[in-house]
Amino acid sequence: MSSMEGSNLTIETLKKMFAEGKRFDGRGLADYRDIEVISDISNKAEGSARVKLGKTEVLVGVKLEIGEPYPDSPDKGNLMVSGDLLPIASPRFEAGPPKFKAIELPRLVDRAIRESGMIDFSKLVITPGEKVWTVIIDIYPINDDGNIIDAATIGAVAALKRAKLPALNEKGKIDYDKPATTSLPLSKETAPLTFTFFKLGDSIILDPTREEDEACEGRIALAISKWSDQYMINSCQKGEEMPFSREELERIFDLLPKKYEEINEKLKKFL
Amino acid sequence: MRKINKMAKEKGTFKRPSGRGLAEIRKMTAKVGVVPNADGSAMFSFGDTIAIAAVYGPRQLHPQHMQDPSRGILRVNYDLLSFSVYERKKPGPSRRSQEISKVTEWALLPVLDLKEFPNTVIDVQIYIIQADAGTRTAGINAASLALAHAGIPMKNLICSISVGKQDKNLIVDLDKDEEDFEEGEGATDFPIAKIANSDKYTLLQLDGKIQPDMAKKVLALADKACEEVYEVQKKALKEVIEK
Repeated sequence: MSSMEGSNLTIETLKKMFAEGKRFDGRGLADYRDIEVISDISNKAEGSARVKLGKTEVLVGVKLEIGEPYPDSPDKGNLMVSGDLLPIASPRFEAGPPKFKAIELPRLVDRAIRESGMIDFSKLVITPGEKVWTVIIDIYPINDDGNIIDAATIGAVAALKRAKLPALNEKGKIDYDKPATTSLPLSKETAPLTFTFFKLGDSIILDPTREEDEACEGRIALAISKWSDQYMINSCQKGEEMPFSREELERIFDLLPKKYEEINEKLKKFL
Repeated sequence: MRKINKMAKEKGTFKRPSGRGLAEIRKMTAKVGVVPNADGSAMFSFGDTIAIAAVYGPRQLHPQHMQDPSRGILRVNYDLLSFSVYERKKPGPSRRSQEISKVTEWALLPVLDLKEFPNTVIDVQIYIIQADAGTRTAGINAASLALAHAGIPMKNLICSISVGKQDKNLIVDLDKDEEDFEEGEGATDFPIAKIANSDKYTLLQLDGKIQPDMAKKVLALADKACEEVYEVQKKALKEVIEK
């Protein structure tokens, strides 16, 4: 893993620049790159989207299947998030069994979507206790230029907003020939966003490029949504070796609501 | 149990089903030297949650291409024993256990000095014998003790605790019943690890709904609880040295 990181010279240069509040591409430390969301990129998926965050690109598709409810929630539909870091997206990604980052990515998006309350699972029941809809979100980056987790959450939200429940035939099976018209039961109020804060030296940055991403010594991914008019952190995961200090965490918690509003505003024209 | 909470809410006071105080940790026990074959080992429990950890190494790392010539590698494996939960857990790693193994590795690394052991691996094995929530935090506390017991150079101990939220109330060290709470804002679990007696946090995970301002209060509660964890850890280490 370590052999894939940038050179020590690059890391030292970045550390110095961040300390002065500068970045190679001229952005401020907390600035995002341009975001673009293109919906309906695959017409066989029940919902889909492609997110571009600078040069990072992630494809997300939603499929809906009929499944059985979990024994501890007989009156609720299910959510499954999966994905892979395919070798198409980066010379760093290899074919074969998933490495840790490929396991972590869908788990983080899962927690953001599930805990935000964006999907009303109680409205995804077909026959109580027997048949429910399983919402499956599949995430595939196709070009990794850093910050895949944040891009993937945007993609998941966009794909869910486009998703339609397939029609059923008289036997209760999915009939793909019939037009699907019913949208998913989604909250009008809230949708989560993930912000991954990266730390190098004493600096904290958002939306790193791959070079910055790989140079960083620590990161913390936080999903945030609005619930009953209050900002809510829905998930958090600290990654890599470098600890975060109390002061840094408090600064991050304070910045979160502002970034949430800012990025939501940018996403409005797409969603 | 849920009824008690409802009644408490109506009266404006909140009580935990177990009768514990809001910041009260379950009974903690720790014992060092529980696996004679290992280079270091320890048990740590929070109430009904029991974790054991064993350290093997530093030892030669194979395959060779995984070796790091600049320092030793820490490799953590966390898992639930199949009988440690009501519904038997299928043996072998799950995505959940792989994630916990990795975040535990990250939680422990900042206090270890592995430069002295190039090309080697230090394996930490953590198993949960009995699970009643807080298994990763108990596992980290046990692993920290086991590493110290193995004589790995450490700057400090790592202490870990889970702080949670039930509806709007912050509580320390959730048990399984409390974790499954569904009323109001539901239950939020916020496992934290930190370097003892410092303000450096090495593990933060969270699942649920919590306001950013309240997250700050969680850190303060965790600090207080980790001081108690640290005392228990220190006592267990002393016991084995004085023997």
